[in-house]
Amino acid sequence: MSIAAPLKVDERGQQAATRSAAPVWRRLTKSLPLKAKIGAVIFSFFILIAIIGPALAPYDPSATTTQVQALAPNIHHLLGTTSTGEDVLSELLVGMRSTVVLGLLTAAIATILAVIVGVSAGFLGGAADETLSLIANVFLVLPALPLLIVVLGYLRNSGELAEAIVLSALGWAWGARVIRAQTLTLRNRDYVLAARETGEQTWRIIIFEILPNEVSLIAAGFVSTVLYAILTSVALSFIGLASFSGWTLGEMLYWAQGQEAIQLGAWWWYVPPGLSVALLGTSLVLLNFGLDEIGNPRLRDGGRRKIKGARWRASDPTPVIREAS
Amino acid sequence: MRFLVRRLGFYLVAAWAAVTVNFFIPRAMPGNAVDSMMAKFPNLQPNAQKALEAEFGVGHQGSLLHQYWIYLGNLAHLNLGTSVSLYPDKVTSVLATTVPWTLALVGTATVISFALGTLLGIFAAWRRGGWLDRSLPAFTFLQATPYFFLALIAIEFFSSDLHIFPISGGYTLGLLPGWNWTFIWSAIDHSLLPALTIIATSMAGWMLQMRNVTITTIGEDYVLAAQAKGLSSRRVIFTYAARNAILPNIAGFALAIGFVVAGALVMEIVFSYPGVGLTLLNAVQANDYPLTQGIFLVISFAVLIACMLADLVYVFADPRVRTRQAY
Repeated sequence: MSIAAPLKVDERGQQAATRSAAPVWRRLTKSLPLKAKIGAVIFSFFILIAIIGPALAPYDPSATTTQVQALAPNIHHLLGTTSTGEDVLSELLVGMRSTVVLGLLTAAIATILAVIVGVSAGFLGGAADETLSLIANVFLVLPALPLLIVVLGYLRNSGELAEAIVLSALGWAWGARVIRAQTLTLRNRDYVLAARETGEQTWRIIIFEILPNEVSLIAAGFVSTVLYAILTSVALSFIGLASFSGWTLGEMLYWAQGQEAIQLGAWWWYVPPGLSVALLGTSLVLLNFGLDEIGNPRLRDGGRRKIKGARWRASDPTPVIREAS
Repeated sequence: MRFLVRRLGFYLVAAWAAVTVNFFIPRAMPGNAVDSMMAKFPNLQPNAQKALEAEFGVGHQGSLLHQYWIYLGNLAHLNLGTSVSLYPDKVTSVLATTVPWTLALVGTATVISFALGTLLGIFAAWRRGGWLDRSLPAFTFLQATPYFFLALIAIEFFSSDLHIFPISGGYTLGLLPGWNWTFIWSAIDHSLLPALTIIATSMAGWMLQMRNVTITTIGEDYVLAAQAKGLSSRRVIFTYAARNAILPNIAGFALAIGFVVAGALVMEIVFSYPGVGLTLLNAVQANDYPLTQGIFLVISFAVLIACMLADLVYVFADPRVRTRQAY
């Protein structure tokens, strides 16, 4: 009995762990909230542009002509040109790739770091937890952008990977904190205790018992880190601290600002990159809304409901009529 | 009390980390203040290098540990060195003229945005599915828009086209900074548009978090009980639901302040506002290491102090942390 019982629980635990990954995915695709669906569609569109964009670009984005004014959109240049004759559409298509790649790369590095630190802190506990949490919290309160300005000011022209590493070094702490908190609550669940009891190795418990139950948290962390990386890198390029040469959305805005596109009224020059970043950001925020609603059921069932024909809000006194569902 | 002591210990460690990062950055990077000084004034004699090295405290001065000790000693005496780009101004005097601008503008805008966002979040949650709640995606759009892009369009629209606000700067050129009404009015006039753009972009975050937590809180039994007792709606919203829902928002304040500062730095660059953000960018571009370090320290400490204040407020707002060990 005393031996059989944990084994039985363990089997259940194993099942729970392997099963839990599938429902998360099914929920993601099937009953995804509308906001998240819209977000996913827009984000996929931008990913697609990042993949095929440079091939679609009608001109070399850096090719200049001798013209002295920015041309409004016309049949040759669908989004017009800059005042030195560069094709805005080509810049946009080429620049999208570097911006999206930088965002995804940063988020990938930062998420891996966050998972490693968060899970080990939460699972190991004790002095390891104290130390790792302390490091994460220090990174959280150190102001990231001034530090980035200082570091990237020294590291000019060091490449996209270097910028991604610096961005992720300053962007992992929040995710680590959230994952640590979740690991702490998972650590003492029955199935994890049972797995420990049966002598499972620590890495096995972490990978097969803990991690599958944190998928939605990790995904939400990934999405917000992409947003942080894109907004921060665009802002850094805009103030002239891009760490690599080549077109990005921030670079386009930097030149548009430097060559007074706004004063010239050349909206086709600065609105497309700005709006692209805004849409990209909005799609990520919407995606995160969806992940939030998956994690927190109370946010899920929509606001207005009709009960027996009468409008009812969550804040109204609970109706006595039973809701037919 | 235990909570406060723990947090105080944490802030000491964080402050030490900021100071140490600040010490190592210029040493890990190529070039130094003397090189950029020599490059800036090409007619300096080569033997001036020695004198400058002594003045800026670079060059061979013993072991790294010894340098670190001297650096800490200088910090303790608030001696942050001499600026290269604004030579011969002391870093501390440059900071004294720029910090008040940033503090006044960014501080006020942050408090307004926090208060307004929290309040709107409560209403969005309370009237769930109402017009405010349904307009949340629009606020999200504002939040996801790069700050400077919104600011540029605002400048173009409100300043260049409609001439409601001045285009840039912190006060009308030609006025002498001082405590007279002409100058103060000019400063307020110049700070309105920057403040509005900061509020517009940062409010959505507070609002969204407050809304989500309030919705969760409204589902709690004690809110239902309060309604069942027949308390007025206002009382139920503010003293039962929002009172508890605001705790994560206060805790989040400490973590979000870094982002607020980041937005403010970019704001100053867009508006050419005479604060620390613009000065930091200029210092970095001029390889002005002492000034860069000084500004980074000031920003770090400002953020740490803001976090500490948020923690203090949290202790007053949440009776649980006073008795139980939190975190």
